[in-house]
Amino acid sequence: MTDMLLTHYNYWVVMVLMMIGFYIVIAQGNLVKKLVGLNIFQTSVFILYISAGKVSGGSAPILDDAISVYSNPLPHVLILTAIVVGIATTALGLALIIRLREAYGSAEEKDIQEQNQC
Amino acid sequence: MLIATAIGIAVNRDLLSVVMLSSIYGLLSANFFVTMDAVDVAFTEAAVGAGISPLLMFTTMAIVGRYEKLPHRWSLSALVLVSITGALLLVATMDMPAFGAPDAPAQQHVAPRYIEQSGQEVGIPNIVTSVLATYRGFDTFGEVTVIFTAGVGVLSLLMVGDRATKPLSSHLLKASQHKILRIVSKVLIAPILLFALYVQFHGDYGPGGGFQAGVIFAAAIIVYTMLFGLDSARQVIDQAWVRVMAAVGVLLYGAVGVVSMVNGGNFLDYDVLAKDPLHGQHYGIIVIELGVGITVAAVMVLIYFSFAGRLVDRGHQDD
Repeated sequence: MTDMLLTHYNYWVVMVLMMIGFYIVIAQGNLVKKLVGLNIFQTSVFILYISAGKVSGGSAPILDDAISVYSNPLPHVLILTAIVVGIATTALGLALIIRLREAYGSAEEKDIQEQNQC
Repeated sequence: MLIATAIGIAVNRDLLSVVMLSSIYGLLSANFFVTMDAVDVAFTEAAVGAGISPLLMFTTMAIVGRYEKLPHRWSLSALVLVSITGALLLVATMDMPAFGAPDAPAQQHVAPRYIEQSGQEVGIPNIVTSVLATYRGFDTFGEVTVIFTAGVGVLSLLMVGDRATKPLSSHLLKASQHKILRIVSKVLIAPILLFALYVQFHGDYGPGGGFQAGVIFAAAIIVYTMLFGLDSARQVIDQAWVRVMAAVGVLLYGAVGVVSMVNGGNFLDYDVLAKDPLHGQHYGIIVIELGVGITVAAVMVLIYFSFAGRLVDRGHQDD
């Protein structure tokens, strides 16, 4: 069990973060807060990828004659672009929230649903 | 520490502190990425997670309101659902390879080829840049297009550009009255812009590249806009021009692909851009990174301008 703890703690950190983000998204009513939760969820996935690419004793993937072991560059590329795409989509979500707030006068999920039912 | 910050975000009702915490969270995860050898990713996360994304959220908050309306309750059903999902994931992690193991499946497939061959095939030291721009060039092109599309989406949702001619309030945020902030930022903005250019053009040799440079550049302009108001920022940077630049970046990227096709290669095959394939690779990478950088910076600035424009317009309605 201690072995598991030492070798797999990265996945568990990711898991806890992911679940916190998930909880915020489904349990909280405020739309801005939901987006923050979604961001936490997103970051946990980033961490999962990056930690999967780490090789123990490895160095940053920039070629140099003095270094022989590198960490895996592929997850870095994927996550690098994912972060920038993530902020662009977050901005789109925030823009939608602003429009919703202007249309309904509230950024709470409950209020919006109630107004829709009337 | 990451987990503690995330819990803080979950229980806090004041959106201002939530956003501040999420900024700290972004900075912490950037540190984490450095310890995981992902220097390029850390660059991006530091600029985006700790800089641009909280700024956008602040602006939204100023429009939408600072406090959550309902008192915070622990939702039992959500908690149960989350616990069950978490437990299932926990079981799943048992099958995962140990952290840092060199024989994990993730290190087996194409990664060794990138590490061993990219030096000869592409000829630049930063493997992340060569994978991004060459081996996965199509993918990156798609991502740049996604960013561009998101920018177009935000603009169409918050269209304010044509009203820029009417006089707008110069006090966008209270920060414009702070002398210390103004002076410090005046000193800092020029080095930030220079640093962005360095990151852009040094991306072949050290950590850096178009995505990182784009967000750093945009962050500098956003700081300027926050402190000196939207008016003065719009005087320096014409919004219509920024819109054109966002498209120019994507087109520049695509144009490299078309030129390589005209020269007899495949789409985005840089080998044919010059007589020596290695030189061709260099030209190709520099130009497409420039395209990426232009688009990312332009879209980020556009998004912030349209958010801030909304805020200022609302201020006028309230007057």
